Amino acid sequence: MENIIELDNVTKRFGGITALNKASLKVTRGEVVGLIGDNGAGKSTLIKTLVGVYSPDEGDILIRGKKVNAWNALKARESGIETVFQDRALTPQQSIVKNIFMGKELRYPFGFIKEKEQIFEANRLIREIGFTSKLINAESPVGNLSGGERQGVAIARAIYNKAELIVLDEPTNNLSLNETQKVFDFVLNVKKSNRSVLFIGHNIYHVYDISDRFVILDRGEVVHQLNKNDISTPEELMKIMRDTIGAH
Amino acid sequence: MSNNNSYLSNYFHRNGRALGSIGYFVLLMVIFLVGAPEAWIRPNLHQSVFVMMPTLIFLTIPLVFLVASGEIDLSFASTYAVAAYVFALLVKNGVDPAICLVLGIFTGAAIGALVGTLIVVFRLSSLVASLGVLFLLRGVILLLSNSRSITIMEIDSHWIYPLLVGNFYGFPMQIFWAAIFVIFCYYFFNKHVFGIHIQHVGDNSVSAEQMGINVNAVKIKAFMFVGIGSAIGGIFTTMITYTFFPTQGFGYLLLALAAVFVGGTPYWGGLGTIIGAVFGVGIIAYMEIGIIAIGWSGEWRQFFNGLIILLALLGHRLHGERVR
Repeated sequence: MENIIELDNVTKRFGGITALNKASLKVTRGEVVGLIGDNGAGKSTLIKTLVGVYSPDEGDILIRGKKVNAWNALKARESGIETVFQDRALTPQQSIVKNIFMGKELRYPFGFIKEKEQIFEANRLIREIGFTSKLINAESPVGNLSGGERQGVAIARAIYNKAELIVLDEPTNNLSLNETQKVFDFVLNVKKSNRSVLFIGHNIYHVYDISDRFVILDRGEVVHQLNKNDISTPEELMKIMRDTIGAH
Repeated sequence: MSNNNSYLSNYFHRNGRALGSIGYFVLLMVIFLVGAPEAWIRPNLHQSVFVMMPTLIFLTIPLVFLVASGEIDLSFASTYAVAAYVFALLVKNGVDPAICLVLGIFTGAAIGALVGTLIVVFRLSSLVASLGVLFLLRGVILLLSNSRSITIMEIDSHWIYPLLVGNFYGFPMQIFWAAIFVIFCYYFFNKHVFGIHIQHVGDNSVSAEQMGINVNAVKIKAFMFVGIGSAIGGIFTTMITYTFFPTQGFGYLLLALAAVFVGGTPYWGGLGTIIGAVFGVGIIAYMEIGIIAIGWSGEWRQFFNGLIILLALLGHRLHGERVR
């Protein structure tokens, strides 16, 4: 199976604190990887390094087997990695359409924006995501939306860009049961189309249900990796997590 | 019906601030017209306004971009004079005025780039840092020019004079250039990736960065644009008056800033309106000249300027607080 992305012994420090210590992780095509760990385990740092928001102090990042230099968020997006950040990465005073195309606007020559095309696509996407309110359309400001709807906009962005790897950072936080189910459906759809997902979550049950493989992070280190076939219940996963973190 | 409502509410979300400042402008006109109709129908009053407005437009509109990006620049009032100095000095030394114009504008862009880089790279407060640059540059001009003005009557015979600041059937040419500048900026701000990125960066720079927008580059470009606008304003004024004088530009500092905010661009970033700013400039220019024209003493000018800024801010509050 082709590796979409691979982190090889990546270290990231902030001042004197080592947030990631020689972490290695890979995501292959068509799999859903669940990243779990306690608060402060380094999940956020790992994700932000993986998607180019932070640059690693040591170690390599490989995209489809090739090492990349000067890794940044734009390069990550151009390599087919889209992220639904925990804070959704939205600009609330701007419209839904501007948010969906943020950083990857559809352009004419000289940088002018294909506004009509963007609005058409955004209206199609928000219907696909399941926005039913007639009061909301592509030109509505994001600030007027509920938490679940904002999550929908962030996901619409990833859908439009047909990413090969979608990173979901705590995507079910603060969502209703119905909205959580929508996120799960989305993940399954991505998997079905032979693309990959990296799913970060606090809720072991959510991560267990959705993932093919689990990566356990503790104090900036990858301490354990296992396949779903290796275990049979979420409780078992929780026990393994407690044991590894305790032993570490 | 609800669809219509949503389009209407989106329309007001996008244009409410511009409509607000158009409203204040119309109100001001009505007050003047009722208060002093005989002064108001004299064409020379409006001609004076038309001479002042273009300079203020070249200064104010780029500031809308910068304020929307979440920054502010006070140093533009000195950049204005530095660019004018470079222009006048070169013209005086026999360089072709067209080349002087280009070099003057380039000077403005370079100063903007330096100020922007200083603020962005060292993470300085743009208000305080640009205040420092404002004084620093003014000091440099006073020292370099020995506090003396430069007269450039020779510009009169060069082709750029009638083209840029000449007279076209009674209208000063700079009105047309300012109009072209406004149209260009309107599209640049609303329909071009530069303006859109500025709005994202000013709205939430962390989100913009996570989506791969180079936040620092966007901000530095916005500072450069302010430098370019100031340079154009300074050079145009120098050409109109045939004179560079070392204190020029200072008087526009507060007026241009007032025009940005009276025009409906909020101070907190992420939003801005070009059309609103044009009417903001109109309000400020008519206040400056109208008070005198209707026979009141100049002492009232500042009082009314202050009053209109406060009233406009209160009015724009109706468009709501910042959404997060």
